Amino acid sequence: MGLKQNLHNFKEKNKDKKWLPLFNAFHTFLYAPNEVTHNGTHIKGADDLKRTMNTVIMALIPCLIFGMFNAGYQHHFAIGEISQVSGGFFSPEFWTLDNLSIGAWKILPLVIVSYGVGLFVEFIFAVKNGHEVEEGYLVTGMLVPLIVPVDIPLWMLAVAVVFGVVLGKEVFGGTGMNILNPALLIRAFLFFAYPTWMTGDKVWVHGADPRVQDIAEGASADVISGETILGSLAQNSTEMMDSTQELWNAFYGFIPGSVGETSTLLILIGAIFLIFSKIGSWRIMLSAVVGALIMGLIFNFVVDSEWITGSSKFYGLMSTTFWHHLMIGGFAFGVVYMATDPVTASQTNKGKWIYGFLIGFIAVLIRVFNPAYPEGIMLAILLMNVFAPTIDHYVVQGNVKMRAKRLKAKTA
Amino acid sequence: MAFFKDSNLITDPLGDDNPITIQVLGICSALAITAELEASIVMSVAVLFVMGVGNVVVSLMRNMIPSKIRIIVQLIVVATLVIIVDLVLKAFAYELSKTLSVFVGLIITNCIIMGRFEAFALANGPWRSFLDGIGNAFGYALILIIVGFFRELLGSGTLLGIEVLGNPIDKTGVYAYGYENNGFMLLAPMALITVGIIIWIQRSRNPALVED
Repeated sequence: MGLKQNLHNFKEKNKDKKWLPLFNAFHTFLYAPNEVTHNGTHIKGADDLKRTMNTVIMALIPCLIFGMFNAGYQHHFAIGEISQVSGGFFSPEFWTLDNLSIGAWKILPLVIVSYGVGLFVEFIFAVKNGHEVEEGYLVTGMLVPLIVPVDIPLWMLAVAVVFGVVLGKEVFGGTGMNILNPALLIRAFLFFAYPTWMTGDKVWVHGADPRVQDIAEGASADVISGETILGSLAQNSTEMMDSTQELWNAFYGFIPGSVGETSTLLILIGAIFLIFSKIGSWRIMLSAVVGALIMGLIFNFVVDSEWITGSSKFYGLMSTTFWHHLMIGGFAFGVVYMATDPVTASQTNKGKWIYGFLIGFIAVLIRVFNPAYPEGIMLAILLMNVFAPTIDHYVVQGNVKMRAKRLKAKTA
Repeated sequence: MAFFKDSNLITDPLGDDNPITIQVLGICSALAITAELEASIVMSVAVLFVMGVGNVVVSLMRNMIPSKIRIIVQLIVVATLVIIVDLVLKAFAYELSKTLSVFVGLIITNCIIMGRFEAFALANGPWRSFLDGIGNAFGYALILIIVGFFRELLGSGTLLGIEVLGNPIDKTGVYAYGYENNGFMLLAPMALITVGIIIWIQRSRNPALVED
């Protein structure tokens, strides 16, 4: 009973200190707390908040590791050191230590800053308001590095995290009270505050920006492909994703993009894990995919009936085969990890279908009609976060009305 | 702490009876023109003039105005004053009047002005109405200038057009260390959030202001 007993004793001694929540947070992170409830009968589920959060983090780890490899691969590919991946998911030119080291060098600082700053803000509020530090930031802190471009300056990330945690969560009362998904709020803040770091063709690959300058100054122009597929589609180029290899690359995730969102395959595995552990709602995921497919089909139909021509500035994205939308950009990542956030999503089952469907539908809509924001899933989820309580309200009211009617029919 | 009789008519709106943060009036102009400090100041001066003079005029006419058409009369008073402001701006500060554009004209619909006419000037004498008018205009100006200060400083790195943080293109000052302007600060949502933060600070300092 060495460390554990000492920790318990230490806590007993410092019961009245102001910073106890801070200590408590570390303590309960390592051990089960020694407090027990004394009155009444309790049924306690094992899947408490901490377990829920950890499950999501476990589902995110593959994306993080893949993101590190991908950051390195994109970097080496952009400077022309290695050729494009040509094999399957386990292609040897992708899974090299070289790639991992560059990726880890760039991405671990993002993770550290995200957790460090976010938890620091949480601690301040916990100590100030005298409540325990809640686990809510554990998932947010992991999501944030995965949805930003790899070269984002760390201080920008820090500013955005402070903004997102304070104004997205703490002002509403902390974990479980937030209206908007804090991770997406952080991304939206970065997106609007520092657009040059969040969009365009130079931010997605580490080292792409200096490389472009080198070429401009006369260096030999090797391969430089810094643009995301969505970005070039929004520029009306249609030659992406027309070979089977490119499709598989997009599915495996060997494409430029935000850190952890490129690999649809790993996100799918994460989704299965979340559904199987009953943490993520399969209703939201499925209906969002259906929504996106329907919107994509509508656009394909518009193109097929030749209502718009190749000269339209929406042609590139409109003519994208409808199911390709699921693999490019952050759609899969957003739907699986962000839209299913139990706090900000609809609570009722019927509401979840509506909520998810509209997310998919609006995400593709924004993609196509707003070339300034090539990725629509962030804005679509934030928008539906706002509407989730309204959807729930009408679902519940509808149920009340239906039952009142049934009662009337019975008694009459 | 009364400096003179009715001095609370001026001091209250600066603090616990602020027209923007407590009465939540006049929000639209606070969002629209506070991207630059200079525009905020000019807007404040314009509102100060309209409120001070308008309140006195309405107060003088209060016994002659039939209550059925009082809104129309008030509108005429405020519209006249706003046109004077607009023409003065166009004559002496043309660039600024272009920046403020339609928002000078929209002072007419500023809820603070109509609110004070209705709530105060119609029931009080000219001197008290004058104090109330400039008091509320000062309260409005205070918030506008705070918001304008932060939005211009963080959004453009300047204050009143002076580059206090260095030049972002030549990379001098803090820009040499990788600092960048926050483009979000120039958008209206950030003005709303800034006002919200002021409200938050004010109410957490004085919990009596928190409504249910």
